[in-house]
Amino acid sequence: MAGQRLLMKGTEAIAEAAIRAGCHHFFGYPITPQTEIPEYMSVRLPPLGGTYLQAESEVAAINMLYGAGGAGVRVMTSSSSPGVALMSEGFSYLVGAEVPAVIVNIMRGGPGLGNIAPAQGDYLEMTRGFGHGDMHAIVLAPSTVQEAVDVMGLAFDLADEYRNPVVVIGDGLLGQMMEPVSFPDTEPKVFDKPWATTGKAKSRPRNITNSLYLDADQLEAHVRDLDVKFQRMDVEQRAECWMTDDHPEIVIVAYGTMARIAKTAIRQLRAKGLSVGLYRPITAWPFPSRALEPLVEPTRAFLTVEMSLGQLVQDIRAQVGRRRPVSFYGRAGGVVPTVEEIISQVELLHASLAAA
Amino acid sequence: MIEPLATDEKVVFERTEVLTDHALHYCPGCTHGIAHRLIAEVIEEMDIQDRTIGVCPVGCSVLAYQYFDVDIQQAAHGRAPAVATGIRRVLPPDRYVFTYQGDGDLASIGMGEILHAANRGEKITVIFLNNAIYGMTGGQMAPTTLPGQKTTTSPFGRDTAQTGHPIRMCEMLNTLVEPVLIARGSLSSPKGINRAKKLIRQAFELQHQGFTFVELLSTCPTGWGITPTDAVKWLDRNMTPFFPLQVFREPGAMPDASHKYAPDLKVRDEA
Repeated sequence: MAGQRLLMKGTEAIAEAAIRAGCHHFFGYPITPQTEIPEYMSVRLPPLGGTYLQAESEVAAINMLYGAGGAGVRVMTSSSSPGVALMSEGFSYLVGAEVPAVIVNIMRGGPGLGNIAPAQGDYLEMTRGFGHGDMHAIVLAPSTVQEAVDVMGLAFDLADEYRNPVVVIGDGLLGQMMEPVSFPDTEPKVFDKPWATTGKAKSRPRNITNSLYLDADQLEAHVRDLDVKFQRMDVEQRAECWMTDDHPEIVIVAYGTMARIAKTAIRQLRAKGLSVGLYRPITAWPFPSRALEPLVEPTRAFLTVEMSLGQLVQDIRAQVGRRRPVSFYGRAGGVVPTVEEIISQVELLHASLAAA
Repeated sequence: MIEPLATDEKVVFERTEVLTDHALHYCPGCTHGIAHRLIAEVIEEMDIQDRTIGVCPVGCSVLAYQYFDVDIQQAAHGRAPAVATGIRRVLPPDRYVFTYQGDGDLASIGMGEILHAANRGEKITVIFLNNAIYGMTGGQMAPTTLPGQKTTTSPFGRDTAQTGHPIRMCEMLNTLVEPVLIARGSLSSPKGINRAKKLIRQAFELQHQGFTFVELLSTCPTGWGITPTDAVKWLDRNMTPFFPLQVFREPGAMPDASHKYAPDLKVRDEA
């Protein structure tokens, strides 16, 4: 299939991309709207000599990741908002014990049981560490099925490189849509894992996977070491600036599927003669501040559009500050802002700028 | 470093090398240290130190990873069987994977994980220390606390009308088809300790055939508020009658014909 273009559903493309990234072990629990990922894995992994295991719960699944990741293999799970929330404790253990793993969150409407419609309501939960204690993890937010394929390989490399779990967030639209994709030809990177608990060879001391430090000074030293690592992750910032070279008057901020809808709106707005561009975070954490900064000065106003009631916008406001106005438009509960709604928001903003 | 022996002396006992030199943190009269040594001796005698991966729990034995000289993972509270599943499923089949868990960890917060690991027939050995109390947090009621037993959270004695009866894990697991060994021992006497070691050895030897489970009745003099010598008597007098010392499951000794059940799925297959 390498090099070929295939028409695939987002969830299945994510699963296939993980396998091609060398992940042959999957533990998970069914939840809409991502169940095609475990279903796909249950067909593909056993013939490869890998593991597909349906865990008894998301809590068990994330702890299976801990065991398998600690034993040195590439391992993943996928879930959706309420299920991912159940993984929060185990996720913190992965960070504390420095176990690499990849978690895919195909976000749905919340809070509580919410619904199974697409949403972006987990942005703050995912980007503020997603677990107890001082912690962080890289969060990748693809916008197309092809980009989802591309970030899966990256996710496993980043997890191994930093010995830290990596999260991939998408919404139900990304998971359910079909698009043509091609998979990379490259062989997955292989990382040396001398720390893995594979059985203590006589030649080495035992390996321990652990996040317990009863002594306060020792734990502080550990947390500080982790923090240095989180700061190093800053180099992984990724963002797309689209139609911003001509210094548009208004820059729309959006990620994931929302950014695609924004692009359609921008094309139509430009056809009407309005000057609009897009800033799209690809890493939700680390927040891609370096790509945003050059846009602040030439832009007259920002409009953040989300499938939530205002989460990413907090990061934009934190960086832009009072230098430029940052307005917000969002829908929640599985309602997706439409092209027309975005256009009308931009036109209102444009009118208010003209009046100012 | 121990001084070399004079030539006319004979070694009659040596501490197993599968335990580290780390001083145990357990209270006087606690049987965790005995259980640790039995497991370590079995690993040494089977010569599997280089192929063994341990998983330790949250509870009094949370620091067990410091004591076993094998590759080891420290799990979240109750999740050791899930962690062990992750390890077992991805490492070569010649490895030995064991969990070491207390009653709060295994029979309360980790009930889901232990039942499902047993039901899947995970090829792991679970060593379950049952001392009828939460030791680490300072003597609270456990799922295995006896009726009427006073703890810091059942100050008037466990009221079974409010909190139910103690859970018998061996008996519960024995309803499942997959386990190959389920047994309960006691660490209250030298005889019991010798038998416990045999059970642990049997569990490790059978591990590659399927799920193996050894429960060990244990003492907690600190949590029980009695002396170590009284604690072993208390265990024999109070725990053993409710938690009988038995081998519940051995290979080839299925409780019924459940393992032969093959439902008629033609309708589904033809659909």
